[in-house]
Amino acid sequence: MSPLTFVGAGLALFCWTGASSWLARNHGRLAQGLAGVGGVLASVIGLWGAVDVLVSGRSFELTLPWSMPGSTLHLGLDPLSAFFLVPVFFGAGVATIYGVSYLRHDAGRRRIGRTWFFYFLLAAAMGFVTLARDGLVFLLAWEVMALSPLFLVLFEHERPQNRRAAWIYLVASHLGAACLLALFLLLSPEGASLDFNAYAASSASRAAPPTLLFALAVLGFGSKAGFVPLHVWLPEAHPAAPSHASALMSGVMIKIGIYGLLRVLSLLGTPDESWGWTLVAIGATSGVSGILFALAQRDLKRLLAYCSVENIGIITLGLGLGLVGWARGETTLMVLGFAGGLLHVLNHSLFKSLLFLGAGAIQHGAKTLDLEQLGGLSRRMPVTAGTFLVGAAAIVGLPPLNGFVSEFLILLAGLAGVGGSSASIVVAAMVGVVAIGLIGGLAAATFVKAHGTAFLGTARSQAAAEAHEADPGMRVAMLTFAGACVLVGLAGSFVVPLLGAPLAVLLRQPVAALSVPLFAAADSLGVALLVFAGFFVLLLALFTLRRVLAKRQPAVEAETWGCGYPETTPRVQYTASSFAHPLTREVASVLRTKESHVDREALFPKPATFQTSTPDPVLDHLLTPLFEGVAKLASRARVLQQGTVHLYVLYLALTLVFLLLGLR
Amino acid sequence: MMARLATLAPSVVALLLGLGLAFWMVGLVSRTKARVAGRVGAPLVQCYRDAIKLLGKAAVYSRTTTALFKASPVVSLATVLAALAMVPLGDVEAVVHFSGDLFAVGGLLALGRFGTMLAALDTGSPFEGMGASREAQFGALLEPVFLITLAALSRLTGATSLTEMMHVLHRMDATTTLPVVLPLVAALGVAYLVENARMPVDDPTTHLELTMIHEVMILDHSGPDLAFLEYAAALKQWLFAALLVGVLLPIAGVSGWASLAWGVAGIASVSIAVGTIESSMARLRFRNVPGLILGAGAASVVAFLLTGMVR
Repeated sequence: MSPLTFVGAGLALFCWTGASSWLARNHGRLAQGLAGVGGVLASVIGLWGAVDVLVSGRSFELTLPWSMPGSTLHLGLDPLSAFFLVPVFFGAGVATIYGVSYLRHDAGRRRIGRTWFFYFLLAAAMGFVTLARDGLVFLLAWEVMALSPLFLVLFEHERPQNRRAAWIYLVASHLGAACLLALFLLLSPEGASLDFNAYAASSASRAAPPTLLFALAVLGFGSKAGFVPLHVWLPEAHPAAPSHASALMSGVMIKIGIYGLLRVLSLLGTPDESWGWTLVAIGATSGVSGILFALAQRDLKRLLAYCSVENIGIITLGLGLGLVGWARGETTLMVLGFAGGLLHVLNHSLFKSLLFLGAGAIQHGAKTLDLEQLGGLSRRMPVTAGTFLVGAAAIVGLPPLNGFVSEFLILLAGLAGVGGSSASIVVAAMVGVVAIGLIGGLAAATFVKAHGTAFLGTARSQAAAEAHEADPGMRVAMLTFAGACVLVGLAGSFVVPLLGAPLAVLLRQPVAALSVPLFAAADSLGVALLVFAGFFVLLLALFTLRRVLAKRQPAVEAETWGCGYPETTPRVQYTASSFAHPLTREVASVLRTKESHVDREALFPKPATFQTSTPDPVLDHLLTPLFEGVAKLASRARVLQQGTVHLYVLYLALTLVFLLLGLR
Repeated sequence: MMARLATLAPSVVALLLGLGLAFWMVGLVSRTKARVAGRVGAPLVQCYRDAIKLLGKAAVYSRTTTALFKASPVVSLATVLAALAMVPLGDVEAVVHFSGDLFAVGGLLALGRFGTMLAALDTGSPFEGMGASREAQFGALLEPVFLITLAALSRLTGATSLTEMMHVLHRMDATTTLPVVLPLVAALGVAYLVENARMPVDDPTTHLELTMIHEVMILDHSGPDLAFLEYAAALKQWLFAALLVGVLLPIAGVSGWASLAWGVAGIASVSIAVGTIESSMARLRFRNVPGLILGAGAASVVAFLLTGMVR
């Protein structure tokens, strides 16, 4: 059987699972069981096909007849699609295991069936987007993919903030889709065929300038991926959805935006250098501002959502460097830039899913995601704390985890560009290197804050003090993702050469032409692995030494040093906001953090209060005024609509006269 | 095989010298400060005595802490040890070197810092949270500066590993590279001061918790754990001094054992210089430290821009 059959079967099984758990919605436990078995089975089947294509580098096509003019039901599976199908199937499958556990307590309620229906519809639609080889098929799958999360965001629709989130998501999603509609119409030669092969073949004879098409692709796909300033829906929508759905949305769905961008780039022919510049600028902006906003948040899920914006920035930075290299014919820069961006897609899908699942476990166990109410959870939730720590270290890009491997590739691309001869390449590479460095440092601050305030120290509220560990299914899912993060990190030198096949599809070049820089990078990672092996040996040796010393002089327990005051309360601990304050203060003009405080300076002061919150400034200060302005302008046009028939007859007559005059 | 071993021998000896002399170097800084202040100062081997004493003591653990707190000193030391294997001492090549090893060095050091900051928060102490917060701030600002510096070195030499960079730099004409090397030394010097919690960024000898960074983060560590942390800090200082020496004293014509001796002499002079700087100025206000790091960033950008002229 061809891998396309496996992938197709996996996606069909997703649809079937979703439909059957919806039909079984009145029997909560049956719906749960169907979802669990179907979801995992579909993932295994689909993953088999995707990995087969990725390793073998073969491509498969399938054309079915359907009755749409100018369009065929054209599906294809090549290594580029397969590369994105891996996170789709892996992410959806593991998150299903989590979801079955997570929703267990809700099992008596009817919305379980609905949630699973849209969850699997989303998973299947993401897969179909990567398989589509026809504009119409692509847009249909895209629209299903864009709409199903709406119902996941509305999971708890009785909360007004969730309805607001759904509304923002819907607007952002459809503004993006409008750009894509225009893009796919303009891509086709004389509007005759919407087939991707026809798009690629006509790249020379197309009427629309390629840069316009690129701009439409960046806007359309960027609103899904979360490029700043199109990111506003992420921090609203991700916290609203149930955690396994957030994991799928943030870990996988936003990457489908990246897939779309890459697929269109492969159809546009040789790029212009300015495109690379654009992506480098977008990547650096999204990366740095995303992580700054993340640093300022106190809701863990909002923090993670902003951090997704940051990671999309890193991915885009890699792709931008690759594009500059492509336009300039610098193979090393091109290959390493694209390879780093692509690998970061996979890596982010692993650690971001893991972190969202961890956040869900906290919500379940401690009933809140407000960092200022948490603390000391690692004693009561050791598995969640341990896996969250792995995810945090990975997302910061620390060795020997997977985030390090992809950032290493992008930094190597940066070094290749820095040594280049033309000023534009050098500056682009420099921007990339500086941005990755700054993002890395800020990400470390963000995740020390997140992990430190949630899991370490002592509980800041009663709920956190009484938190309970996640259910077994949730723990299995988190452990799986954490294991995958470690595995990809250690096996970097084996994973990197696998990127050759997807890159060959993207760049329309033979794999052999790309393999030199890839294998050189893999060799470097191989030596780095030796160093990490040495690091582990050292760890083991030092732990043993530590243990021997502790046998001779057993450790003593005491209180934390508090300047001599033995009685302390959890409230003296550093809070998440105060931890971030030195950094957020430096960029206060960008973040626009709202502070409200009541200081009481008197001889006998009463309790003082201090509170900060950081809503999205792009939404509050740019988009909301913009949309309000549009609405105001639109309401001016109401003058024309008086609701009287006479007036409308007059309009008709005037239009007729106008047309007659014009046509004469 | 024998030839390979023969070239590796100075590298291994350089690494062992680092392991052996790091505490001596710290002692040298203290001795310099003492002398400038008109005191005799502690013996140069004081750090070794302190470490041995600490290794024989019992550790005290706060009841708030978890396994992470106990693991952090070990992780800290192991990361620095592994990183040191990739850093050349002057012209003596590192034990391990490969294209992009500078990022592995940076990554390992960041891992150590990540662990130390988390261990500080693990105690639930407000002072240690304060220290971790400052460490996170300065670390985040320093990371891009460090990368620009290394990128400038890479552009100047056309090399992609630390060892290769130093190798090429030591064979370039020192007078032509001077306009690049000077701002690079300034940037690396600031990186050395910030990363190693030296004056004017952090005062290692202050006794007030509120004004420390590194020392306050390890306030609750004791016994062997503290010894591990002190040793890791000394090794990290050696690592940065080695980088600084490599860029600062690019002497052509010496190789093998002679350059090793040259490297150690360089580290000793860097330490004496640091001791003198520490004696001659007060700690900056924390709000002014970002300005210092930004200045180092500007210097590294200048160096980067000037590489175009020199190449």
